[in-house]
Amino acid sequence: MNPKNSILLDHGSGGIASQELISGLFLKHLDNKILSSLEDSAVLENHPGKLAFSTDSYVVDPIFFPGGDIGTLAVHGTINDLAMRGARPLCLSLGLILEEGLDLDDLERVIISIGKACKEAEVPIVTGDTKVVPRGKGDKIFINTSGIGIVAEEVNISSTMARAGDVIILSGSMGDHGITIMTRRAGISLDGNLASDSASLHKLVALLLDGLPADSLHTLRDPTRGGVATSLNEIAAAAHLMAEIHETDIPVHKEVRAACEIMGLDPLYLANEGKCLVLVAPEQADETLKLMQSTSVGKESAVIGSLKKGTPGQVVLRTAIGGSRILTPLHGEPLPRIC
Amino acid sequence: MKYLDEFRDQTLAAPLLDELRRSVTRPFRIMEVCGTHTMAIFRNGLRSLLPEGLELISGPGCPVCVTSASHIDAILSMAEQPKVRIALFGDLFRVPGSNGLSLAHASSQGAKVDIVYSPMDSLELAKRHPDELIIFLGVGFETTTPGIAATIMAAQNNNVDNFAVFSTHKVMPPPLMALLNDPELQIDGLLCPGHVSTIIGAGAYQPLVEEYGLACVVGGFEPADILQALIMLARQVGQGEARVENAYTRAVRWEGNARAQQMVSKIFEPVDTEWRGLGTIPLSGLAIRDSYAQFDAEKRLDIKLIPAEEPRGCRCGEILKGKQRPPQCPLFGTRCTPGNPVGPCMVSSEGTCAAFYKYGG
Repeated sequence: MNPKNSILLDHGSGGIASQELISGLFLKHLDNKILSSLEDSAVLENHPGKLAFSTDSYVVDPIFFPGGDIGTLAVHGTINDLAMRGARPLCLSLGLILEEGLDLDDLERVIISIGKACKEAEVPIVTGDTKVVPRGKGDKIFINTSGIGIVAEEVNISSTMARAGDVIILSGSMGDHGITIMTRRAGISLDGNLASDSASLHKLVALLLDGLPADSLHTLRDPTRGGVATSLNEIAAAAHLMAEIHETDIPVHKEVRAACEIMGLDPLYLANEGKCLVLVAPEQADETLKLMQSTSVGKESAVIGSLKKGTPGQVVLRTAIGGSRILTPLHGEPLPRIC
Repeated sequence: MKYLDEFRDQTLAAPLLDELRRSVTRPFRIMEVCGTHTMAIFRNGLRSLLPEGLELISGPGCPVCVTSASHIDAILSMAEQPKVRIALFGDLFRVPGSNGLSLAHASSQGAKVDIVYSPMDSLELAKRHPDELIIFLGVGFETTTPGIAATIMAAQNNNVDNFAVFSTHKVMPPPLMALLNDPELQIDGLLCPGHVSTIIGAGAYQPLVEEYGLACVVGGFEPADILQALIMLARQVGQGEARVENAYTRAVRWEGNARAQQMVSKIFEPVDTEWRGLGTIPLSGLAIRDSYAQFDAEKRLDIKLIPAEEPRGCRCGEILKGKQRPPQCPLFGTRCTPGNPVGPCMVSSEGTCAAFYKYGG
């Protein structure tokens, strides 16, 4: 690595080096009117409706992986958290913690990704901050993004709104992000097309909010860490209902299944970064599925089960051979088995 | 996926289940020896489908679960040494030693601990960290040992001198014999481990048939494989027969894998070893031969195994022997959970307690 082309402690000092980083790198790729004013805070226009506010930090290792990088995750993740409450994301903040010695080319690659993801999502970064920590005190780059969104007055989406009889629809295949990261981290090179599913979901959500009768869309949840098994447990617990899903209806790409078989992992517990669970009144299930499948991020959407009266908080999986088992939430990190 | 989907198909499983129901003519107990079987049975929801009268009990075939507290303590003492880096399969990471602390705790306090997916990865670690001694934790049965033997051979061929193995390897037939000598354990047959049998061969169970009159069927790990093996067991038991049968012919031969067996016996020799819950069983372990002593972490770091008490209240021992079921343990689901395990049966993804906890008894 070229020492002249790496992050120095000076870059976080607030002095000239910081200014050069801001104007030469951040504004180059993230430019918009509010950000480029370089004031201490962004002043936003008032919008009718309720405010949604969310924050998330990103520490993924490796920072680059097939299907995305830490930058795309930081944009998509926070946008999705807003969208899961039915919010229209307005803007994001961007906090960077850089490790001394980080290659500037790597930083630029991440910032380009952030810029591209924001542009595609039509959600700008309006305020930001950069700190540099001494070598060994961080790990290349950590990112925090916070986001503000607007929820229309009549929209009320949450896990507690789920009702018995609701149909559970999943917006696509499970485990792509988690298995891509785990195989990279393990240094396992598998032939095939393993790639993260990192994507923003707010346009899919907007389509559902516009296209479905009021009050028919009850719950949205993005099954990130802990996977779909953990998310369904959270929904079932909040709604005091039982969830029943069918193993054969859950989309899982064949390369993900193969990697899971090799590593002894269960795709239902792996992280996703561009998928959501949609719980909808049964009479609107067909229309919801059609709308979801019409989008690029939801074209593999499938009905996977329903909510029932039964043991509150329990998630039951009907297995491929016709048996059943309970899906508990994830405990600890998923660890590979020995044999 | 080829070789998987066809064995998980409901159209195949349904007639097998019907056949199994017809084959169960009297109540009987089968021990599934292998942790992977335990997990596969739970994961596929097979328990919810099995006919009444057929009772499955889990055996001692989870390698992490049978690793004694004194071995875990020795591992933790190695992890504390400067210039030592521990390489391990993930399951071991959270297993607590006699003081309740695990490698996860050691790692949080600065011990160098790397989870690897193949023992060969430790040689890469050795190259990347020339100033450190890389100790691979050799925990496993016959399935795992050949790969570790191959790694030691590769280390010798490539003159890797900062690599060693802490061997707690175990072999399957001696503990089965020890269990079967226990008059309290009433079982009619064994669902024999598929992976282990690819190495040792189905013929390895013949002495169990001759000495204990036990029905033995080697089974694969997909639902249809397990059902097929259970049908064969039910028929033997129903007809009062006892013989070794192989329901996993696409992977297992009568004589096993001769080349793998040769590699293992070149590097390792049988020794007495301690099993959690079962005590010390003669010639049930594998130690590295003196001719490969430089790759033996125990000799290189002069590790002495100190007898250690199992955690108080933990019933892993009784559960490993198939005498108790996890919900009978006073710690199960309260003090002992997968997130905060007391005993190893709750840690390993193949442990009986973890299976009961995750998938519901």
